[in-house]
Amino acid sequence: MSEHGTNGDRGYYGRPVLKAPVWKPQIPFYFFTGGLGGASAVLALAARATGRSRLARASSLVGLAADVVSPLLLITDLGRPERFHHMLRMLRVTSPMSVGSWVLAGEGAASGAAVALDLTGRLPRVRTAAEVASAVLGPPLATYTAVLVANTAVPVWHEARRELPFVFAASSAASAGAAALPFVPPEEAGPARRAIVAGVVGELVATEAMKRRLGELAGPYRSGRAARLDRAASALSVGGAVVTTALGRRSRVAASAGGALVLGGAMLRRWSVFVAGRESALDPAATIGPQRARLEGREATRA
Amino acid sequence: MSAVPTTGATWPGSYGDEARPRVGFFTDTSICIGCKACEVACKEWNLVPEDGLVFTGESYDNTSALGANSWRHVAFVEQERPLRVPTADPIAVDGDTAVARTDGDALRWLMSSDVCKHCTHAACLDVCPTGALFRTEYGTVVVQEDVCNGCGYCVPACPFGVIDQRELPDEHGRPDGRVWKCTLCYDRLEGGLEPACAKACPTDSIQFGELDELRARAERRLAKLEGEGWVGARLYGNDPGDGVGGFGAFFLLLDAPEVYGLPPDPVVTTRDLPGAWKAAGVAMGALALGLAACASRLLGGGR
Repeated sequence: MSEHGTNGDRGYYGRPVLKAPVWKPQIPFYFFTGGLGGASAVLALAARATGRSRLARASSLVGLAADVVSPLLLITDLGRPERFHHMLRMLRVTSPMSVGSWVLAGEGAASGAAVALDLTGRLPRVRTAAEVASAVLGPPLATYTAVLVANTAVPVWHEARRELPFVFAASSAASAGAAALPFVPPEEAGPARRAIVAGVVGELVATEAMKRRLGELAGPYRSGRAARLDRAASALSVGGAVVTTALGRRSRVAASAGGALVLGGAMLRRWSVFVAGRESALDPAATIGPQRARLEGREATRA
Repeated sequence: MSAVPTTGATWPGSYGDEARPRVGFFTDTSICIGCKACEVACKEWNLVPEDGLVFTGESYDNTSALGANSWRHVAFVEQERPLRVPTADPIAVDGDTAVARTDGDALRWLMSSDVCKHCTHAACLDVCPTGALFRTEYGTVVVQEDVCNGCGYCVPACPFGVIDQRELPDEHGRPDGRVWKCTLCYDRLEGGLEPACAKACPTDSIQFGELDELRARAERRLAKLEGEGWVGARLYGNDPGDGVGGFGAFFLLLDAPEVYGLPPDPVVTTRDLPGAWKAAGVAMGALALGLAACASRLLGGGR
């Protein structure tokens, strides 16, 4: 950098090049509830297809609860909450938030119908159609938020665009398993317990892959607030998975306690990603350094 | 951007007969005197509220950055380097402090009036879920204040940190909550006037006009400065082949962009969106198949 007479990567008086996201705490919490709602819809259909009606009903109810809470979180985050319906003025395919708004609206309608028909025992074929629709929209709902944050100029998010969807998807699977445990007898909760183990392992692997891809940009995950949240998320997730696997088969109370740990881990994982984005955006070196290297690489090739 | 699908026709075709030649700014920082008339004229004309009077100690800059309440920002950079050297070969001395000592004037004071770049491929516009951000018939990018619901997605999407949410009270005394930025004085353009900042600029450092004409003018100006031995002169944002397809408001700088707090190689984030969705698609499939496997009788032995 010295050849340009700049002050290294500090830029202009060390001020950020980017603006930090203005999203409130509702947003990382929504990343969690959206993931829970989406994955629960898939788990509910899988349970239904394998004749586990109690697990199916529990996951549907959990999913619906998440689908009801999610829009409330999103609306209260808006600078102009009374204009929430502007989200459905149009469909803009270049905006994951626009795509996701439609997915969430569809998921809410489908899971609401499925639960209503399940509880009343009416129109079984329509109920099945609603459950399928809900399960089809589930994976997009659980992962689009990862695409949303990756589709920004924030280096720690944008450069992790290939791994973030896997982090969110795996974390969502673990959440769905964990949230169903208190409402299902242990002998029918096998799929939920296995979802926790698979989800937690997947989340740890994807998170590690993300940090490796980020290289120097992974700074926020190495020290500071995002790093502490990252470590706490891993500890809670692993602890919860161990408890549900070791004790969940015998005791519903132990399973619920382990599930609570897993849910806490999934929530903190989204918090960690959210906070890392803020820290990355406010660090001028994270923006300038890679761009300067890219530019000089191009100039070197041309020369 | 052909890889990114867009909704409907794009500018200028979308305007049919109402399309106008693309206009913009050429900000020639070599003749900026740091008077801040642009900042004041912008605030006056656009009724941009006062957002606090502070003293930063950072040269003459107490505005610090562009934002919801500062649509022009004059940067002040103090360097121990000569402004120009009595030689026709500026490259030979670029960055060499030894030359600064011989020049007799060891301090140079760089000033530059920053503004929204009105990108050819604008990330803020791409990610806006409500359609509040749109491209005008002049090819500029403007927020419709009666449509924006303050979702905040454009804020971290902008690679320059230009657009931001306004927290100051609106006309009803509530927190405004919407995002704001330079409109390139859309209302003045409709009335056949040039933007307020360009009108107020006493040295014509800010030049308004049709973009093609401004680009040709900037090339001539750069050639002249290079011939006179100015140190580090370069154009920034004039190349339609850059990561945002060229700026509608571009600059002649006297040092690297990051010295002024500008990103050296900005890229519109949506360029990488197809790759992010592709990863998410695989993650969605893994989530669905993974949960199905967890419920499968083959794997679970019926529990």
